[in-house]
Amino acid sequence: MFVPTVLGAVFDLSRRPHYVHWHFFQMSVVNLLVIALMVVVFVAAILLPFPHRRTEP
Amino acid sequence: MSVETPRERSWTARVRTRAESALPPEKLLPDRQPAYVASWIYVFGALTIAALLAIVVSGLILGLKGPAWWHVTAIGRFFNGIHLWSVEIFFFTMVVHLWGKFWMGAWRGGRSGTWVVGAITFLISIAAAFTGYLSQQNFDAQWISTQAKDGLNAVGIGAFFNVTNFGQMYTFHVILLPLAVVLLTAWHVLLVRRHGVVPPYVRSAAVARSEEHA
Repeated sequence: MFVPTVLGAVFDLSRRPHYVHWHFFQMSVVNLLVIALMVVVFVAAILLPFPHRRTEP
Repeated sequence: MSVETPRERSWTARVRTRAESALPPEKLLPDRQPAYVASWIYVFGALTIAALLAIVVSGLILGLKGPAWWHVTAIGRFFNGIHLWSVEIFFFTMVVHLWGKFWMGAWRGGRSGTWVVGAITFLISIAAAFTGYLSQQNFDAQWISTQAKDGLNAVGIGAFFNVTNFGQMYTFHVILLPLAVVLLTAWHVLLVRRHGVVPPYVRSAAVARSEEHA
């Protein structure tokens, strides 16, 4: 029960969700964060060097 | 005029010959890839397939044990969580894979079929996820089904699906749509094997020369 309690304290999923509402656009903040995280991962996947296997003699 | 031998007339021999010419063993299971594949952006297709495997296995366990198990018992809720989070990772990695392939123009060099099959798989996956919401067997599913009913009626396709019919949605979710996603994914991978991974865009000679003189 310890882990769910700690996680529940950090990520309170029971409260009323926050929304971003601009004209016709409406999306929950959590969904926007997931999209932002996808962009971050996409950029990191392009920029971060891929580990190369050492050349065998 | 050539005369077919009895062996050439056999459909199994014809299928085998075509399969061998389209996908010889060294293409089907290659042990080397071009140097440009050594980038993290090429990893996301394989990650998507790994997540799909987790979805199918956890979904099979949930289906066999039933709603009372996945709602009430601790282990059932754990597998329910595995199923949900593997779907989240599936869509996350698939979208990054899609972005990567879009910006590298992965339909080039006779690879349009690979792109189209991937896009169709993405769309069917969305339908599979939506029917998953409807298969939860709780108030959330009931609420979503009535919202979905209005949405589908508004776009004029409400007569084809009854989203408030649990049996229909469950059949879509556990048989029809997963079967389509798995078969299309297998086809997508075979097309990638056949045509190879798309190479990066080559800078045109004119651009390279202008940079040299700059």
